[in-house]
Amino acid sequence: MKKVWIIARREVESYFSSLAAYVLLVLFLGFTGFFTWLRGNGDIFFRKQADLEVFFAIAMWTLFFFIPAVTMRMLAEERRSGTIEMLLTKKVQTWQVVVGKFLATMLIVAAALLLTLIYYYSVSRLGNIDHGATISGYIGLLLLSAAYAGIGIFASSISKNQIVAFLIAISIGILFQFIAGILASDATGVVGDLLAYLDINRHYQNIQRGVVDTRDVLYFLSLAAMGLLWADYFIERKK
Amino acid sequence: MQVQIRNLVKSYGEQRAVDGISFEIRRGEIVGFLGPNGAGKTTTMKIITGYLKPDAGEVRFDGVSSMERDFRHKIGYLPETNPLYTDMPVIDYLKLSARLQDVPESEIPARVRKMIEVCGLGDEKHKTIGELSKGYRQRVGLAQAIIHDPELLILDEPTSGLDPNQIVEIRQLIREIGKTKTVILSTHILPEVEATCDRIIIIHRGKLVADSTAGDLRRQAEGKSLLTVRIEGGTSEEQRSALGRISSVQGVESVMEGGVQKWKLEHEGGDDTAAEVFDLCVQRGWKLLEMVPQQQKLEDVFRALTMEN
Ligand SMILES: Nc1ncnc2c1ncn2[C@@H]1O[C@H](COP(=O)(O)OP(=O)(O)OP(=O)(O)O)[C@@H](O)[C@H]1O
Ligand SMILES: [Mg+2]
Repeated sequence: MKKVWIIARREVESYFSSLAAYVLLVLFLGFTGFFTWLRGNGDIFFRKQADLEVFFAIAMWTLFFFIPAVTMRMLAEERRSGTIEMLLTKKVQTWQVVVGKFLATMLIVAAALLLTLIYYYSVSRLGNIDHGATISGYIGLLLLSAAYAGIGIFASSISKNQIVAFLIAISIGILFQFIAGILASDATGVVGDLLAYLDINRHYQNIQRGVVDTRDVLYFLSLAAMGLLWADYFIERKK
Repeated sequence: MQVQIRNLVKSYGEQRAVDGISFEIRRGEIVGFLGPNGAGKTTTMKIITGYLKPDAGEVRFDGVSSMERDFRHKIGYLPETNPLYTDMPVIDYLKLSARLQDVPESEIPARVRKMIEVCGLGDEKHKTIGELSKGYRQRVGLAQAIIHDPELLILDEPTSGLDPNQIVEIRQLIREIGKTKTVILSTHILPEVEATCDRIIIIHRGKLVADSTAGDLRRQAEGKSLLTVRIEGGTSEEQRSALGRISSVQGVESVMEGGVQKWKLEHEGGDDTAAEVFDLCVQRGWKLLEMVPQQQKLEDVFRALTMEN
């Protein structure tokens, strides 16, 4: 576990040492804030209601792009520059590298989400806010982020090109966001159930409704775990 | 650390990069890996570090298979391409390397300072690695390889990109480390092998074609040596026939160098031939003005072993 932490720390430090990191962070906060406050019928002024429902719906989509942008270089760059060889010939296991990168992603996402507490604070000034819904909303976002991060790291393990890794992550994301849901409405029986189960939206909505069910938690965590296992496999295979 | 390599085989697709290589390295030995481009040196080294799994064969350290135990913290490795985190400051990178190799946290500052001194990084230590020149990056690569005081050091073309002064220093450093540790280094600079290595292993097309000391290799390759002598006294004919009668001498050839006549003796008697030439001159009352053994160049040996017919 110590090695995982060493890898994660170096990754976070490296991330925040580049200007691009801050640009990305500002973009994330900017888009999330813009849509939450000013756009669409659902925006907070229009609703005259002190809750963060809109924010949680929007954040799902800004994270959808933000997280692959964070993870895209993590393993791709390591393989392109050959530093993965340097790492793995030291006393580090491949899984420790992969999990370290995952942990780093979660820390970066957590930092970004921490900054969105400003929205929470502002809304709470407008009226009585439902604290319980906010907590489960953030739990939902973190679980969703874990799944996105797993997918992003997997994508980063199969290409040496960051942009390709980004696009792969987005494609897999779309699969879970739309395709599964759309197909599920056509299919019936076991296949229909399976597709419905794969639909990321359904699980996210469940949690947003304020019910943190083990099955939904398990769904997000297994998606993350699958991503990491496959990443481990590809790093090993593509040495 | 003692290293045993047994029947390593490694293919990339159709191509056999390493094709049944076996050898042993004793503790404290410095071994030079030679071979033409694409011979399989880097691949063999990557297998020894544990980075690549061989298709067949095994690597043993002190008699224990590398499959049974993790030896990586006892190995220091400088890859051929010297990959480094270019966004990291030199000192941070060395600390990271030490931590990943299980150096206790309390010893890390001292180890980092030592590496900066030993590898001549003093003036550049506060720079980011991406800002360093190639030679300085090579020094950082070397520093990260030895920061945890490994028992086995594997260096893939360690002096590439270094200036002549630094090459001499790094060779000295390798020799110093080699007194107590086992070192495997690959290079294309043949004098480098002679200057640093106890033993030479030549690989060609994935196979081992030679494994001995530089001296033995020369003898083995040619079988005979040359001795240039210049003698004063007697006639040219007398000299020729007397030299020709020495039993270990197989051929006598006259050469003119700088206006003086010398004899080139082809022989296989080693130092005995020289002794006999000396005795001959004493016997006849001739003066031996010059006697120079001419060594076959390592380049020639290398070419003989690795040239395609
Ligand atoms: N990742 C790889 N994929 C496919 N083939 C490879 C790979 N790495 C090496 N090879 C092939 O294996 C053979 C041996 O390569 P290797 O790098 O071990 O040679 P080398 O002796 O280190 O050569 P050089 O002196 O040029 O460094 C070469 O023919 C090379 O093309
Ligand atoms: Mg090589």
